[in-house]
Amino acid sequence: MAEAIVKAGILPQLICSLPEENRYYKKAAAFVLRAVAKHSPLLAQAVVQSGALEMLVICLEDFDPGVKEGASWGLGYIARHNPELSQAVVDAGAVPLLVLCIQEPEIALKRIAASTLSDISKHSPELAQTVVDAGAIAHLAQMIPNPDAKLKRQVLSALSQIAKHSVDLAELVVEAEIFPVVLTCLKDSDEYVKKNGATLIREIAKHTPELSQIIVNSGGVAAVIDCIGSSRGTVRLPGIMTLGYVAAHSENLSMAVIVSKGIPPLCLCLVEEHEDHIKAAAAWALGQIGRHTTEHARHVAVANVLPTLLDIFVDPRSSEDLRTKTKKALKNILQKCTYLPALEPLLHEAPPSIMKHIIGQFSKVLPHDNKARRLFVTTGGLKKVQEIKAEPGSLLQEYINTINNCYPEEIVRYYSPGYSEILLERVENYQPVL
Amino acid sequence: MAAASCGREERASMAALARLKERLAGLREEYFLTNRAIDEDRIIKYKAAVRIQRWFRACRVRAYLRYLSKMATLIQKWWRGYLRRKSFKEVVERAYFIKKEKFYNEMAVRIQKTWRGYYVRKYIHNFYALKKYLDAVSVNNELVRYELQEFADMKENEEKMKDLEKKEKEKKYQARKMHYLLSTKQIPGVYNSPFRKSPDPMELLLQQSKPLTHRKQQVKSPFADELYGWPTCKEPPGFVASLPVLPADRQKPQGPFRDPAEVLQQRYKLMEPTLRVRESMYSSPPKAREPTRGEEWRDPIHDNQFLPFSSYHKNHEKYEPSLFTSGKYGQEAYGTKYFREVYPKKWVADKDFETLFSSIALFEKFGKTYSSTGQIL
Repeated sequence: MAEAIVKAGILPQLICSLPEENRYYKKAAAFVLRAVAKHSPLLAQAVVQSGALEMLVICLEDFDPGVKEGASWGLGYIARHNPELSQAVVDAGAVPLLVLCIQEPEIALKRIAASTLSDISKHSPELAQTVVDAGAIAHLAQMIPNPDAKLKRQVLSALSQIAKHSVDLAELVVEAEIFPVVLTCLKDSDEYVKKNGATLIREIAKHTPELSQIIVNSGGVAAVIDCIGSSRGTVRLPGIMTLGYVAAHSENLSMAVIVSKGIPPLCLCLVEEHEDHIKAAAAWALGQIGRHTTEHARHVAVANVLPTLLDIFVDPRSSEDLRTKTKKALKNILQKCTYLPALEPLLHEAPPSIMKHIIGQFSKVLPHDNKARRLFVTTGGLKKVQEIKAEPGSLLQEYINTINNCYPEEIVRYYSPGYSEILLERVENYQPVL
Repeated sequence: MAAASCGREERASMAALARLKERLAGLREEYFLTNRAIDEDRIIKYKAAVRIQRWFRACRVRAYLRYLSKMATLIQKWWRGYLRRKSFKEVVERAYFIKKEKFYNEMAVRIQKTWRGYYVRKYIHNFYALKKYLDAVSVNNELVRYELQEFADMKENEEKMKDLEKKEKEKKYQARKMHYLLSTKQIPGVYNSPFRKSPDPMELLLQQSKPLTHRKQQVKSPFADELYGWPTCKEPPGFVASLPVLPADRQKPQGPFRDPAEVLQQRYKLMEPTLRVRESMYSSPPKAREPTRGEEWRDPIHDNQFLPFSSYHKNHEKYEPSLFTSGKYGQEAYGTKYFREVYPKKWVADKDFETLFSSIALFEKFGKTYSSTGQIL
């Protein structure tokens, strides 16, 4: 239908008489342009080529809020498709007018203007910079405390699209003093407000450790963790990724995440969620938290995360991506984990690729700690180690040798497989001393 | 005599000679042997002498060589000692310097080691500061969580209050509508059954409510209609389709007034343009009015219809305070209490310009030249 309209060449006629017509005409025309442009980039291109942008910008300067709303809606749909169209919208001089629209008192107009700015700035850093240069950030930041849920969605989405491109833009957004007001959005009753708020925090956190530090200092981590705990499904995803990014920067930040009780909700996510990409994100985040030092790995291991990760890894239903991420996370955590009680249950179930890391960790700890050695024997770990077959000369074999060297030979022989047969043979061949 | 002596001697000698000749053969041998012995003796003695001389000369030469070498050694010793003593000073200085440097380096390393350990432990990887920081983070988190919880509770309360109020409003409206169900002195109403101990709360509500008038309540329309349903749009002004109807039992006003029906007809007569301005068969009537309408629409500053004496404004216009004038401590006075800065120095005639003018008499008569038909009251 839209293509039929474009083919029939109605658009130029619609547009050429726009400036003189009254506001109902303008509104209706903007509505038509929007409806045509929203279907595909080609149609939007056709709309632009027929000279619609200048007319829409003229409509933006109108006094009637309804006309402005229609015009900015149309511009938003045009700019949504690809960067060239966004650039065309910006070149038509729409951005300062949109920033003015945001300041108008009508809520619907603010919503649409915010969503248009979000669509413009999402494509590239230059476009985002243009939006910022028009002074949009201050006004958008002022609107965050507004009680209207849909408006908040659009405002948060616009700020996160601006902040995601580069460190400078993210710093500009932070300088507009959004913390700690943004944290109230994480407690909103509307799911998408929570999601967009978490997305904004994620885009800010991912750039540098200093930005993550700001987020931690303002208590953002706690708010994000609560948000993860209270929501379900894809709404959780940006929150999980925020925690991962914050923990990835440095070990102090990772410790801060741990101290804010970040690990139990992530573990719950791993268990409860059905979507693979959310589980993958949770596994990645746990890996980032646990990979820094032994302390971190200990905290992660104590929360009983490793068996869950292992289960996901061996589960045949997990996708490739999930499996890769789980494996990496396990590897990172295991390489620093010296908390043996958590490693032991893994010994019995792990596949060979993980096994060598576990055995490696044992071989690092056991030579120095006699209580651990005793525990290792009593819990059946030594038995399991003997049962592992490794090629001589491989890393696994070296680790096994290191472990065997920690124990007296009799015990090693006792636990090696086939020893009972050897003993029985000896019994058979033994001549009783009368 | 000589001859005689010579003769004797000749005979002696001849006898000696004969005797010698006898002994000659033996003498020859004897002579030869003696010579040989002497010669051998001589050779031996000669060799011995040579040997002795040789030995002695060798001793002399050896002594001389020894002496020479001793002298050479002495010279060389003296010379080398002199050279070494010259360079010994530098060597010693250098060795001393190196020793000092090594020592200083060691000490410097020790100092740097201690200092760096201290610095790193105190400032960069300060364990206690990290601990304090993490404690502070958890305390802050607690605070933030608490405040957020309060905020969420407050929002919930607000929601509940809004719901409650809505319900209350509904109930009150219902009570107003059904005010006729109120019980009279004789007949108990529905909510005041004689079998009850006390009247139903609805009864009390009915007692308190004012009955509704016949006027219709304005209903707020949601986003029903796409085009005209935008909250920023209102209904397009409709043209007068039919003549307004006067209330039927209206008393005829006293005085020489014309028949109201006539007046209304005259007033709301449809336009019959003359042939000159009449539009063709093919153009639509409204289009003729478009230019004037367009000008009228373009010119006014204020888009809301100006409707005096009406409660239209009451129901339709909600005041939204502008973001610019609202601040942290309430509304700014600019825009409401005062509008512009005042610079007395710039005044031309020593007084400010007037902001209030006397009304224009002609405009007071607007809408009053003809009788009002009660349309927009």
